[in-house]
Amino acid sequence: MAYEKFNILESTAVPLPIENIDTDQIIPARFLKAIERKGFGENLFRDWRYDSNNNPKKDFVLNNNKYSGKILIGGKNFGSGSSREHAAWAIYDYGFRCVVSSFFADIFKNNCLNIGVLPVQISPKFLELILERIYKDPLTLIIVDLRKQLIKIQGSEYYENFEINNYKKNNMLNGYDDIDYLLNLKESIKNFSKKTPL
Amino acid sequence: MAKTLFDKVWDSHVVKKIEKGPDVLFIDRHMVHEVTSPVAFLGLRNRDIKVLFPEKTFATADHNTPTRNQHLPVKDYLSSKQLKALEENAKYHGISYWGLGHEKNGIVHVIGPEHGITLPGATIVCGDSHTSTHGAFGAIAFGIGTSEVEMVLSTQCVMQPKPKKMRININGQLNEAVTPKDVALFLISKLSTSGATGYFVEYSGEVFSSMTMEGRMTVCNLSIEMGARGGMIAPDDKTFNYIRGREFSPKNENWDIAMEYWKTLKSDDDAVFDKEFTFDGSTIEPMITYGTNPGMGISINSGIPSSNQHEGNKETFLKSLEYMDYSEGDKILGKKIDFVFLGSCTNGRIEDFRAFTNIVKGRKKAPNVTAWLVPGSHKVEKAIKDEGLLTILTESGFELREPGCSACLAMNDDKIPPGKYAVSTSNRNFEGRQGPGSRTLLASPIVAAAAAITGKVTDPRYL
Ligand code: SF4
Repeated sequence: MAYEKFNILESTAVPLPIENIDTDQIIPARFLKAIERKGFGENLFRDWRYDSNNNPKKDFVLNNNKYSGKILIGGKNFGSGSSREHAAWAIYDYGFRCVVSSFFADIFKNNCLNIGVLPVQISPKFLELILERIYKDPLTLIIVDLRKQLIKIQGSEYYENFEINNYKKNNMLNGYDDIDYLLNLKESIKNFSKKTPL
Repeated sequence: MAKTLFDKVWDSHVVKKIEKGPDVLFIDRHMVHEVTSPVAFLGLRNRDIKVLFPEKTFATADHNTPTRNQHLPVKDYLSSKQLKALEENAKYHGISYWGLGHEKNGIVHVIGPEHGITLPGATIVCGDSHTSTHGAFGAIAFGIGTSEVEMVLSTQCVMQPKPKKMRININGQLNEAVTPKDVALFLISKLSTSGATGYFVEYSGEVFSSMTMEGRMTVCNLSIEMGARGGMIAPDDKTFNYIRGREFSPKNENWDIAMEYWKTLKSDDDAVFDKEFTFDGSTIEPMITYGTNPGMGISINSGIPSSNQHEGNKETFLKSLEYMDYSEGDKILGKKIDFVFLGSCTNGRIEDFRAFTNIVKGRKKAPNVTAWLVPGSHKVEKAIKDEGLLTILTESGFELREPGCSACLAMNDDKIPPGKYAVSTSNRNFEGRQGPGSRTLLASPIVAAAAAITGKVTDPRYL
């Protein structure tokens, strides 16, 4: 599925510094019944965002209009749990293009990269610093430069480099997906299949 | 160069290596279910292509299916739409489909091994993170996202960087009432839910070699809960005996050819792992969780740790206890419970039902407990009846439901109500996992059985 190209993102950010945010919190299983990839943003963090009568919970950050933007700042071990890509879709559909954390769960990270959400892993210290700045001033701009693999707090000398493999980086810069790549390999895949015993 | 078991299987499936990028990995078996596949099939339609190797993909319905009256039309509109979409997609692409009511229907990770789809040395994927279950046979098996489901349908490959390798050795003998589930919960509590992130785990040592295939599946199933991509155990005679004669396993001379290959599937003596842990099996006690991630497990006789003892973020820890309405230092024994769930791809196999029945035999279910006993497949359901377990369970006040994922993820009607406590044999105790506001205590089938009898957390050894 094609997605928006990612180059430089400059945006305010939403702080959610809880550890071990799992995919069931990002999108509860009962909202996985769609057969199309639409409308998942409404149910992002559903049970943290709304009470059982569907009223917004005041103390949850997505309901606090002080904070907004295309960057979500999460706590350590973000995205643990299920392989459901719906979690990444919900994040994308809500409007986030980048999730920042000091540690990501594997499958979640991979899913994000496949659908155009950039997971940026930074040191716990830098994470603290970003949070501190945002809490002090919610209008603080964060700059994420994919080409340079760099994340920076606007108007400060603070920045850090992040890792991403070259192949995925190119895909994101160009809005390509893996299937385009694999379909071009079809003949070698077919030949390969003849060698496999199973 | 010396290779690990993981290296051997992975390397032999690499179609192409991309420099500074992922490997293109060929997939031997693809399991598909109704929830994570519709958007992938839609992708194929948009590209106007068909499934490349339909004979390598197997579809079943399990995630949102009801566990009662499966012969009737599914009432939930959205669920029935998903089921219908899968059936149509399978038909259009020529994929075998074991839908609701089919005798081979059941949870993906239960039916794969049952029918010989799961084989040593294979690469197996499914859009469900507990695909790691199949690693019990010496396969590389892991969960994938929907974009990857689309990749496998259209090209039979995924693109992933090769993970690092970890070995976990557990030697010694397990104590009475300590099951494979306890071994896994023990490991997750030691390593934490992110301790194995980026790794593929090989389990080795006496404890695993003396485990049954069912037990090995339980352990590999839970690998993902410590963050690992998957877990695997080198195949041995037990593995081969389990597979022999099953519907999709190789026959006659193909069996002999396969055996030649399978016998090479173990880590070389001098193979090097990126990380290695060793534990003594005799130190493991029956385990139970008290919090909202599977790493928050303790031996059933100990107290809930205080936030000072807990490594990691204090606020997150306290938030979790608040959700459970537990206090630091509380004893977990004797905590009142409301529900018991026996089932899921972690503990929904025949051995789990035998263990549960063994405990409740001659006793009565506590009146305040609602128990959901959900077999992992029709095959398991049939065995429960054939072996006479159902009669014993009924005498003790239990009823049996029809197979599916059920309360493991509560996509169907089997939801634990808000604020209620459930001792569950499934794999996740996340907030709301078993229904909005539900509180989950993960444990083995025998700890679940003891709780079902007394209505509170109970050590099965002192029942
Ligand atoms: S039982 Fe639970 S973990 Fe297993 S396949 Fe079903 S939903 Fe996934």
